[in-house]
Amino acid sequence: MTTTATRPRTAAAPRSAAAPIVRRARRRFSFGRFVAWAYIVIVLFVTIFPFYWILRTALSNNYALITDPASLVPTGFTLGAFQRVLGLATPEQAIAEGGSGASIEIGHFLLNSIIYATLSTVFIVFFSALAAYAFARLRWRGRELMFSLFLTALMVPGILTLLPNFVLVKELGLLNTFAGMILPTALFSAFNIFFLRQFMLGLSTETEEAALIDGAGRIRVFFRITLPMSSGPIITLSILGFITAWNDYFWPLLVTSDDSVQPLTLALAVFKQSSPQAAPDWAGLMAATLVAALPMLVLFMVFGKRIVNSIGFTGIK
Amino acid sequence: MVIARSTAAAPTRPSRAERNRNRRGSVNAKAPAHRGDAKLAWLFIAPALIGFLVFAAYPTLRGVYLSFTDFKVLTPPKWIGLDNFVELLGDDVFWSSLLVTVYFVVLSVALGLTLSIITAVVLHRLTASTVVRGLIILPFLISGVVAATVWSWMLDTQLGIVNIALEHLTGQSIQFLTSRAWAIPSIALISVWKSLGYTAIIIFAGLQTIPPTIYEAGRIDGANEFQMFRRLTLPLLRPILALVVVLNVIGAFQVFDIVQVATKGGPANASNVLQMYIYSKAFGQFDFGYASAMSLALFAVLIVITFLQMRLLRASESDTN
Repeated sequence: MTTTATRPRTAAAPRSAAAPIVRRARRRFSFGRFVAWAYIVIVLFVTIFPFYWILRTALSNNYALITDPASLVPTGFTLGAFQRVLGLATPEQAIAEGGSGASIEIGHFLLNSIIYATLSTVFIVFFSALAAYAFARLRWRGRELMFSLFLTALMVPGILTLLPNFVLVKELGLLNTFAGMILPTALFSAFNIFFLRQFMLGLSTETEEAALIDGAGRIRVFFRITLPMSSGPIITLSILGFITAWNDYFWPLLVTSDDSVQPLTLALAVFKQSSPQAAPDWAGLMAATLVAALPMLVLFMVFGKRIVNSIGFTGIK
Repeated sequence: MVIARSTAAAPTRPSRAERNRNRRGSVNAKAPAHRGDAKLAWLFIAPALIGFLVFAAYPTLRGVYLSFTDFKVLTPPKWIGLDNFVELLGDDVFWSSLLVTVYFVVLSVALGLTLSIITAVVLHRLTASTVVRGLIILPFLISGVVAATVWSWMLDTQLGIVNIALEHLTGQSIQFLTSRAWAIPSIALISVWKSLGYTAIIIFAGLQTIPPTIYEAGRIDGANEFQMFRRLTLPLLRPILALVVVLNVIGAFQVFDIVQVATKGGPANASNVLQMYIYSKAFGQFDFGYASAMSLALFAVLIVITFLQMRLLRASESDTN
């Protein structure tokens, strides 16, 4: 739908520019356009099909999946898989639909994921904004030195800090706690600080100065003026941070072994691994996968455009 | 609400602010407004500074230190000099892991980058639709675990839809995740599927910064689409491509979750990437000293590769001047 709507508009510009050139070129050009559109359609199909396949499988019955694996619509339609992963089905019901004995208390892990992703996002964005303000607006000795020191952290990949950080969290007695999961990433992010500082440097200082002259303190100015004026990039960083934390697997895997705090990614991986090799509960797995991906899909519906633009921006910066 | 208040308060003040600024003029730097700054600044960066020192700087140094120790977590680390690295040189599993990882990196980055560039350029020439760009980044939003789970189902040898389609078309099926030959290529495909849109959008944003007049000039000079791509687009995109390559290579070297969920490193270590091996050494055998040494080695490899790439791609300059 969008494709046909946008085609004439975008096509107009190059065509008019190319108008003086021979017609042959134009015909070849439109053949090229056909190939290009075909390519885009294929890319979109490959991108989206797995999402459809999750839904189609999650609504199917495991036995029907075996007899009719190629069906493009749910086969042996049932909500059983969702009931299984949400813990609403009895073991007998589960086995009757080809579920394994393994279950996943998805609501509980969903809550863990929400706590983990929300807390780490809120903390890191807030602390980054504080630091960015100090670098962008305040004058103090050592500012440039400190800033370049922070930037060196961008060079060190996680691989080197993961194991020692695990040891540290263990020594602090924070294994299997939200604090242990969140702390290493909640305080410092070189990228966030850099990103927000650049934005604040670009902000007009007029309103801030006016407020300062009127006797408002720096802290008040930060909370009442600078922070609200930076809401755009703050929302962007929050979305990106939330996505990263929601999808994080390796760090929670290291520091949690107890399912009281484990996020959904871990539970899903365990559920996948505990599914019997011979006859995995694919319908249940896909239902769990869908529940795990759903919050991201909702986020995408609401903030899609902003996400697209912010990703482009992070590359250019 | 906060915004409304601050903007509502603003209009009454500009005149005063302006007067004040004019009066102070260039002595602004030492103005009284900045008198208490230092104390506040340290207060404001305190959380970040603590985070930096405790969870970035200290672990980095400690990681280097632990590489030279025998450390089994439960007992304190014991300094053993270069023993870990000597052991590393003779460790066949390490070398095969490194090889597997390099194979994965080359496959996924080469394929991913090629497809991303094509996708970005095609999108840029065809449509400015945010909906299309939104749809292609969908896989970026889901976790590696979810991606790996879906694709293990779709690539399943008996019931997977991909193999059913393949059998219809060619009469043969492929053991994507369960054969030695296909394990790494399949994981690379999953990884490309997941990151293609994200990379394409970054490149797309780079394309948007190229002024259209350049293409008009090229077209007037009689260049065709392909020539313009080679002679104009690629050279102008060089800084962004360099960034994307470096980030993708670093990311690919640390691949873990997709492998862990899709193959667990198997069959028979065929997809036992370095990060998997480090993880199993540290948390399977609690040999943290040795695992740290491997991390350090991987880090060194990454630094060298990044440096070479920056040199080769002359990252900081585009070919405009």
